[in-house]
Amino acid sequence: MITMEHVCKSYKIAKRNAGFGEAVKALFHRDYEIIHALNDVSFTIRDGEMVGYIGPNGAGKSSTIKILSGILTPDCGTVLVDGRIPYKNRIKHVKEIGVVFGQRSQLWWDVPVIDSFELLKDIYSIPDPRYQQSLEELTELLNLAELLRSPARQLSLGQRMRCEIAASLLHRPRILFLDEPTIGLDAVSKLAVRDFILNQNKTHGTTVILTTHDMQDIEALASRIILIGKGRILMDGTLDDIKKGGGNIDETVAELYRAYDIQ
Amino acid sequence: MNRIDKAVRLYFHYISINIRCAMQYKTSFFLTAAGQFLVSFTAFLGMFVLFQRFSRVEGFTYSEVLLCFAVMLMEFSLAEMFARGFDRFSGMVRTGEFDRVLVRPQNEIIQVLGSKFELTRFGRMLQAAVMFMYGITKSGIQWNFPKVLTVIFMLTGGTAVFFALFIIYAALCFFTLEGLEFMNIFTDGAREFGKYPVNVYGPKFLLFTTFIIPYALIQYYPLLYILGRRTEPFFPFLPLLACWFLVPALLFWKFGVRHYKSSGS
Repeated sequence: MITMEHVCKSYKIAKRNAGFGEAVKALFHRDYEIIHALNDVSFTIRDGEMVGYIGPNGAGKSSTIKILSGILTPDCGTVLVDGRIPYKNRIKHVKEIGVVFGQRSQLWWDVPVIDSFELLKDIYSIPDPRYQQSLEELTELLNLAELLRSPARQLSLGQRMRCEIAASLLHRPRILFLDEPTIGLDAVSKLAVRDFILNQNKTHGTTVILTTHDMQDIEALASRIILIGKGRILMDGTLDDIKKGGGNIDETVAELYRAYDIQ
Repeated sequence: MNRIDKAVRLYFHYISINIRCAMQYKTSFFLTAAGQFLVSFTAFLGMFVLFQRFSRVEGFTYSEVLLCFAVMLMEFSLAEMFARGFDRFSGMVRTGEFDRVLVRPQNEIIQVLGSKFELTRFGRMLQAAVMFMYGITKSGIQWNFPKVLTVIFMLTGGTAVFFALFIIYAALCFFTLEGLEFMNIFTDGAREFGKYPVNVYGPKFLLFTTFIIPYALIQYYPLLYILGRRTEPFFPFLPLLACWFLVPALLFWKFGVRHYKSSGS
């Protein structure tokens, strides 16, 4: 179970105007702006839930994921994931979670994918039989057999994403965070990734928290949707709550963003 | 013990994967390794030429200074071999790559060091080893057990000091986001001025290098013992004392990790 209560996180960001002169000036005197990435955020996610976490760019989605995965320390509030405080018991915590950053690769560029997997086996201290079992299962479900022996740099984006997801699941995490997992993928790869995530949730009861801008991802995967904007939770409900009138989901969400004035 | 064993295994796994990556670009690898070797060899030539003119520096003969230089270079190279990965650390912090390190259940330092390992370091290590052997044989010292022990302790303590300096260098990136060139004064710079026993730079410097950054503990004092100028039995152990310097370095690192701000979406 994941609980966040009254969590805040703010960043200090230096601002300056364009130009070389301004850059020199900023060397000596800097104007700062405080950005409230998260402002009193609270929610609870039960085991085995699939939650879509949506909001416009800069709404605080990534900050939430980073706090839940132990990368960032919140300024205030309490965070508990299966009874652990992520940023305090980091090592114990991250053994139980998997994180996929859609925009960043965790595979080694110049060696076959299987080499990266073997390293992960050591990093997570996965026992041999369990590793073999996971690997076999993931290879079959994500159709990796052909890919494992090619270096990551020679894979297409879709192929690579399938490998990334497999890499994040080798240690059988109970919770999976997906940060824009379908970004830039073609239709076939998208469908494959979605099917796979659904399957993991069903067979292993993995809790999935997913951020995305692709509303079809949400439609296909998330039974529950949390909408965040300007660091605040604006809505927490099911897909039907959002849809109401029916019609195109992209338009509905854009409507919602406008209604909350969070663009 | 089991934990250390695992950490070492993991580190070597990292090195192995790095080497496999580097072997993809073999011309680059061989050329850089050869280049490295030549560059560091000129350092030795410089000193050789200097001593053609002056045969003594502050009461140390050529062969004695050579021994000093050889040991210091060896210490530096050992630390560099393991810890040079920190050089790229500012990039890891700026781009948010460090996120990945934090979501894995292993010590952060091992992961950072493992993430980047240039093979060229072997070239420098080899060069240091050659210099080390040369320095030892040329020194004309009557070796006995305590003296050999002193050299081993010098290597241990020296590696620890340089390692700590590399950690401090990296931890500063959490606050500045940029690598700080001035830190090289203490790392690469120390290798340079460490060619000569530190007392040639004056008493204030000796004080600084005894109590603040303990270069003197790994170089000057044990050297005096090896050369037979001091005979107190605690002198061989002074270099081990220098390991205390790891403590503030690691604390500073931990402090830095807590300040990590990540970046990007």
